[in-house]
Amino acid sequence: MNFQLTDEQRQIRETVHDLCLERVEPRAAAIDESGEFPWDIKDLFAKHDILGIPFPPEYGGVSGSALSTILAIEEISKFCATSSLILAVQSLGSLPITLAGSEAQKRKFLPPLARGEQLAAYALTEPGSGSDAGGMRTRATRQGDQYVISGSKTFITGGSVADIVIVFARTDQDGDAPARDISAFIVDKQSPGFRVGKLEKKLGIRGSPTAQLFFEDMVVPAANRLGSEGDGFRIAMRVLDHSRPGIAAQALGIAEGALDLARRYARERKQFGQPISAFQGIQFMLADMATQVEAARVLTYTAGDALDRRQPGISLTSSMAKLHASDTAMRVTTDAVQILGGYGYLREFPAERMMRDAKITQIYEGTNEIQRLVIARELLKQP
Amino acid sequence: MNLSLSSEQEEIRQLVRDFAEREVRPRAEEIDQTSDFPRDLVDKAAGLGLLGILVPDSYGGAGLDHLSFALFIEEVARFSASTAVILDVHVSVGTEPIVLFGSEEQKRRWLPDLAQGRTLAAFALTEPEAGSDAAHLKTSARRRDGKYILNGSKIFITNAGEAGLYVVLASTDASAGAGGVSAFVVRGDNPGLTVGPRFKKMGLNGSAIAEVHLEDCAVPEADRLGAEGDGFRIAMRALDSGRIGISAQAVGLAQGALDDAVAYARERKQFGKPIAELQTIQNKISDMAVKVRAARWLTWQAASLCDAGAPFTMEASMAKLYATDSAMEVTLEALQVLGGYGYLEDYPMARRVRDAKACQIYEGTNQIQRVVIARELLALS
Repeated sequence: MNFQLTDEQRQIRETVHDLCLERVEPRAAAIDESGEFPWDIKDLFAKHDILGIPFPPEYGGVSGSALSTILAIEEISKFCATSSLILAVQSLGSLPITLAGSEAQKRKFLPPLARGEQLAAYALTEPGSGSDAGGMRTRATRQGDQYVISGSKTFITGGSVADIVIVFARTDQDGDAPARDISAFIVDKQSPGFRVGKLEKKLGIRGSPTAQLFFEDMVVPAANRLGSEGDGFRIAMRVLDHSRPGIAAQALGIAEGALDLARRYARERKQFGQPISAFQGIQFMLADMATQVEAARVLTYTAGDALDRRQPGISLTSSMAKLHASDTAMRVTTDAVQILGGYGYLREFPAERMMRDAKITQIYEGTNEIQRLVIARELLKQP
Repeated sequence: MNLSLSSEQEEIRQLVRDFAEREVRPRAEEIDQTSDFPRDLVDKAAGLGLLGILVPDSYGGAGLDHLSFALFIEEVARFSASTAVILDVHVSVGTEPIVLFGSEEQKRRWLPDLAQGRTLAAFALTEPEAGSDAAHLKTSARRRDGKYILNGSKIFITNAGEAGLYVVLASTDASAGAGGVSAFVVRGDNPGLTVGPRFKKMGLNGSAIAEVHLEDCAVPEADRLGAEGDGFRIAMRALDSGRIGISAQAVGLAQGALDDAVAYARERKQFGKPIAELQTIQNKISDMAVKVRAARWLTWQAASLCDAGAPFTMEASMAKLYATDSAMEVTLEALQVLGGYGYLEDYPMARRVRDAKACQIYEGTNQIQRVVIARELLALS
């Protein structure tokens, strides 16, 4: 057993860290303030091959390792959670192709994503269907060598900036068995009938556009269907197994950023003639924060390692990492605001932004209540 | 990063799992009820070579790593936390200081008996007025005629009265604080060493914990570990690995509680269906499982850093803090899942709750772990 990162992993982490320290951290507050998608950061990540990390070299990427992707998302999130979503969503939107695409689909769609020339998004959630995919209304009807898709999606991260969107839709007739009724499609944003609705205003991750998408008799070539008809639900579940550790990594990075901020502030801030770090009340808060972060880190890295080595039980491992890291991010950022006191509450300092950003990690990619269901189901089914 | 157990570690895990299920499980309740020291289990573990798990094979041990040690303690603690702490103290704080700091002659003299379980070891640091504040020991060691004369009292000493060797920390220079502490190996049959009555405790029944009194206790110079003044460093290093063992003990306690809660939830029916189908029970099971797994990874991380020769003091404190707080939370929640049955001493759950509390206190209270962690975090970097 060896917890040390490989040289390649260490190098990815250092490269991303140094770049984000220099170029992303100075932009983070402005991105949050404006609520606009940071195209400059996207270009920066493309130029430095960061968007290529989730992709294997044979499809134009630089790694393809889940753990490497986790390390990169974590580093970006220390400085700016919004910016980390550019990479996380590129990974999420391409995973259905990587996991379930034909060789031809991979050769066609992955290289432009790996090079960062195009962006991907993932459209599963609907107003009436979140964690319960059985309630899905969007429908795809086969007509010759095409599908006609009608319906809408909501809460689609990056939906307004993506060049291609993975859309899940029903292909059944009567619709009572979600596991066999849903199919997945690669949709080009240029498809007639594809329309972006309003962008949501949010508590945090404000520079990451959360869009409604509308499909009005949108025509998609049958060649863009992933897997067979009815494979969609299975694909969606497999993607979540792979993407939840990415959210765990984002939460971990946010928590580490907040811990580091609180630690530095505590050493500088003087009250009663000494730094507040001399008070055990503050020391214990920092110790608990750091211990929770360390636990989140091992759960997240071990999930990445398990994915890379195709270990069994990955649903359980991924859900545990996501649940623990995101709950940790919420607690640690809240405590960081507390340690900074009144300053923590001000927009001038990043602590309050970290706390606002942390909240989403408990909600998306399956709420933490859903993670608990997944975990319990796995545990209780074993003989 | 490679997070799989080696085939050797997998073999050890299977061996200790079989030992725990076959030998420890059937004895656990009786040990708790009678509070008798489980010498039979110590001997059986010795028969498998487990008492020398960290002793190099050139001194009669198994020469295995700290991760294997953690696997050993966890499996035993799934059924009997008191047996686990007896073995843990022997292997880590009792024996390891000799492995790490003993001279060649000392190792040849003591390690074979310790490794094969002919002699049990104990570690005597804590005093009535010096627990975590180990730099201010009252026990003194004065040099006289080629010997040291030890005087003072030690308290909360695990394996007291059962041990054949005690690693004793004493002050050789009271004015020098931490730098004036030295470590000695004192034989259990030394006439200057007497053991008080066993304490009655909330839990960990069967583990002998008592005061150890040193009255004009003469110890040959050749039995000092390291140089004069090395004692504090020796004690701190011993506690670092000791914390890996206590973390593993806590993980085993929590895993055992979780296993029983899962089994109960699947069988117990209310409102016409197993309570496992109620989301409130599912949520408890999930949160317990996440804590157990995070605690185990933190423990394994500290162990593997130690095995790699890397610094691991902070990681061992984090593992100890997290794993033992988790053990307390998980055993209490698991008891809750069993409801009224959990509260009965007929089932092992109530015992686990009593046993888990000790883990938050010994080998440095969890308050001290937070001090250690904060000190590392706040150090200039």
